[in-house]
Amino acid sequence: MNETPVSVSTMVEFTLDDEVVKVPDGSTILDACRREGIETPTLCWAENLTPVNVCRVCVVEVEGSRVLVPSCSRAVEEGMVVATDSERVRTSRRMVYELLASSVEMDRADPEVHAWMEHYGARPERMGDRSEIATVAQPVKVQDDLYVRDYERCILCYKCVEACGDDAQHTYAIATAGRGFGAHISTEHDVSLPDSACVYCGNCIGVCPTGALAFKTEHDMREAGTWDESSQSVTTTVCPFCGVGCNLELHTQDERIVKVTSPADHSVTHGHLCIKGRFGWQHAHA
Amino acid sequence: MPDLYFGAADEATAGERTAVAEAISGFGPVVIRESERLVHAGRSRTRERRHLLLPVLHSLQRASGWISPGGLDHACAELEVPPAEAYGVATFYHLFTHEPPTSADTVHVCDDVACRLFGSGKLIKDLRDNGHHVKASPCLGQCERGPAVLVQRTAGSDLTVTAVDGGSSTTTLAASEVAVAIDGANSTPSVTLSQAGSDQLRLLARVGVVDPSSLVDYRAHGGYEALAASLTMGPDRVIDEITAAGLSGRGGAAFPTGVKWRGVADQEGRPHHLVCNADESEPGTFKDRVVMEGDPFSVIEAMTVAGIAVGAEQGWLYIRGEYPVAAARLTHAISEAYAAGLLGADVASSGKRFEIHLRSGAGAYICGEETSLFNSIEGFRGEPRNKPPFPTTHGLFGEPTAINNVETLINVLPIVVMGGSAYAAAGTDRSPGTKLFCLSGRVVQPGTYEVEFGATLREIIDLAGGVPDGRELRAVMLGGAAGSFVGPESLDLPLTLEDTRAAGVSLGSGVIMVFDQDDDMVDSVRRIAEFFRDESCGQCVPCRVGTVRQEEVLVRLSSGSTIDEEQDLLQDLATVMKDASICGLGQTASGAVLSAIELGLLAGSKSGDGGSN
Repeated sequence: MNETPVSVSTMVEFTLDDEVVKVPDGSTILDACRREGIETPTLCWAENLTPVNVCRVCVVEVEGSRVLVPSCSRAVEEGMVVATDSERVRTSRRMVYELLASSVEMDRADPEVHAWMEHYGARPERMGDRSEIATVAQPVKVQDDLYVRDYERCILCYKCVEACGDDAQHTYAIATAGRGFGAHISTEHDVSLPDSACVYCGNCIGVCPTGALAFKTEHDMREAGTWDESSQSVTTTVCPFCGVGCNLELHTQDERIVKVTSPADHSVTHGHLCIKGRFGWQHAHA
Repeated sequence: MPDLYFGAADEATAGERTAVAEAISGFGPVVIRESERLVHAGRSRTRERRHLLLPVLHSLQRASGWISPGGLDHACAELEVPPAEAYGVATFYHLFTHEPPTSADTVHVCDDVACRLFGSGKLIKDLRDNGHHVKASPCLGQCERGPAVLVQRTAGSDLTVTAVDGGSSTTTLAASEVAVAIDGANSTPSVTLSQAGSDQLRLLARVGVVDPSSLVDYRAHGGYEALAASLTMGPDRVIDEITAAGLSGRGGAAFPTGVKWRGVADQEGRPHHLVCNADESEPGTFKDRVVMEGDPFSVIEAMTVAGIAVGAEQGWLYIRGEYPVAAARLTHAISEAYAAGLLGADVASSGKRFEIHLRSGAGAYICGEETSLFNSIEGFRGEPRNKPPFPTTHGLFGEPTAINNVETLINVLPIVVMGGSAYAAAGTDRSPGTKLFCLSGRVVQPGTYEVEFGATLREIIDLAGGVPDGRELRAVMLGGAAGSFVGPESLDLPLTLEDTRAAGVSLGSGVIMVFDQDDDMVDSVRRIAEFFRDESCGQCVPCRVGTVRQEEVLVRLSSGSTIDEEQDLLQDLATVMKDASICGLGQTASGAVLSAIELGLLAGSKSGDGGSN
């Protein structure tokens, strides 16, 4: 969990983009940026997961540091001098987007990803013609009625692995396998999802930022061209299955539930659900 | 501990069950305790037996020639590791395979920068034609006698087969010789140093002189004098002498060893760890192998001195999996040291405990990065951690750890015996002592050479007999694949830390690989780019994708594209890898490429298969 302590006895003073600011001791640079209203792109960071600092899109320049540092996981230190919009920072952030978008299908990524790519002027096409350069293109995995794993959209942010493991579900059905550009998310021995340890909580789908993991309902509608977020409404309710009190967000289109999420900042779920809350709504249409 | 789910994999075979049991029992009592420590990506570091995963995987691979699903599931049940995570670990390493074997032996042939100059391409073809199961390999650390071969055997010890020592400029290795070595289960004997026996040597003094299997012979040549001296001096004095000697890390970063040790020794709380990084995998580097094969007790003694100095009771020797001869000699040396009371609960009757655990890597250059190495020992994927925190405070198992490579550690022995200031009399003011260099490529007598800091590049190349007649030095790869190329104009550069830094290059791991006018530099540079692509762990975007894009550019350059067209992209790739990668691999993956461009080595791309010999 990446929570700033609520009760702090000390504040740390440092320089953030030429302004002297004070933040609670223990804050990360990203926390400080958010407090100060400095928008910062992230891909592998999520408020309900432990930072893994692998995407490197949130890097900032810290005076005295030989290389850029990931703002999501570097704690602010007294007297630190941080620049979030220097030429070095802009170049690296643009390149991270260009590298990802040249190798991964980004069309279903969160809208903010596209906004940031435009902001930094990312031109992934200059890496070469996609038919001639390495990409992660591969057939989509549809192995059951609930999940779709579409790994040509996977940026390897590790979020699903964290949600499946210690950060939420403690199921450990998936992990990173292979190495280098061949690294990928896999079940043990690459068995199909129904044969794996997966319990179908859907928490991996809940944290995926690029649409690589999706509800089958959403995937089918997208493939059929009927998915239309602008016509969807979201209704917040409480899961009826047990007494825990998980908040559900029912996404509906044409009077039908198309997916279920939970708010990442909800004190009970932290965004995570179980198979019943996530998928057990078919009776609503019966 | 989670409830583990095991799918429908076949049962482990009896052989696999035995292999797992042996690997676990062979490591004695569990040394790791459950406690609140560093948590990476939310994973607790301290599941009690997880650190046995890597030895167990080795044992399975050796028993049945692959990591079968049934074998892996059985190992997971024994070690209480989720199968998906163990599969992720097993697939991280190139020496583990995941399909049933088609042949009892896998012949890994080095086709890296040095060996490809000496006919590795032809050897690979010949071996395949003769029916061997062959894999092209990154640098096997035998560059002074390439082309090098590692034979990975099922139900037997691995072998290294190379051209006869030091003869790479005149002899080469024939496929038939590899077959003979496999039949006889013989590794090529250790290399003979051309400096062997010289009284100028400090670090290599015993190599080629003592019997590497004999503790008695080691002691007869001054062995264990340093341990005795250090026990008399006590930890504080030892660290003071190391500091006075001005010893700095020999792995490339040149961090002051005394500062590192003091940092660990001063950490409150126990345990502390001492790790010897023997994962020497930088292309062109083989000096640590020469020390470990020729003088293994010195490594064990140096670790003992270091461990006691920093307050560690546990020592870990992590050696790359491609060094079977060195690993066997070190294993023997460790058991001899235990038997003689020089390791264990009461080291040399001092009342101090120090244990050494030897762990073999399994084909992953990245595991030479210190935090990757920790993860590898702990049974996780060898992915580097973000720094800070540094190993001094959060190292192996999240505990204070001093980690040094082999060459750095063996410097400790003469320092303790002669005293820091006497040690520092050699070399220059800012680079005291001696340095091991790995000479390979176009020199008359390739090999490991020990010289005082301050010798110039030309002097060191001359020590190796210079460039063979009829050849002309065109470029030198200095410091390794993560270093840079320099041209003939740099021959008078003194190879000290300060002079190389001022010149914008690095001593790296001591690599001096010489190329001549006929060598295909575009191919060599492309091979370096391929190396980084293959060895990136894949964790961070700049390195995972950047190394791929960089290699693609180099391939385009060898097939007609021009530097002018690719310059901007190469520069941007270099910038993001250097600035935004998590660890040193990505940060240095473009250095050789950029320096080659600067020297104009890529200007006239030639076609060809790379070998000019």
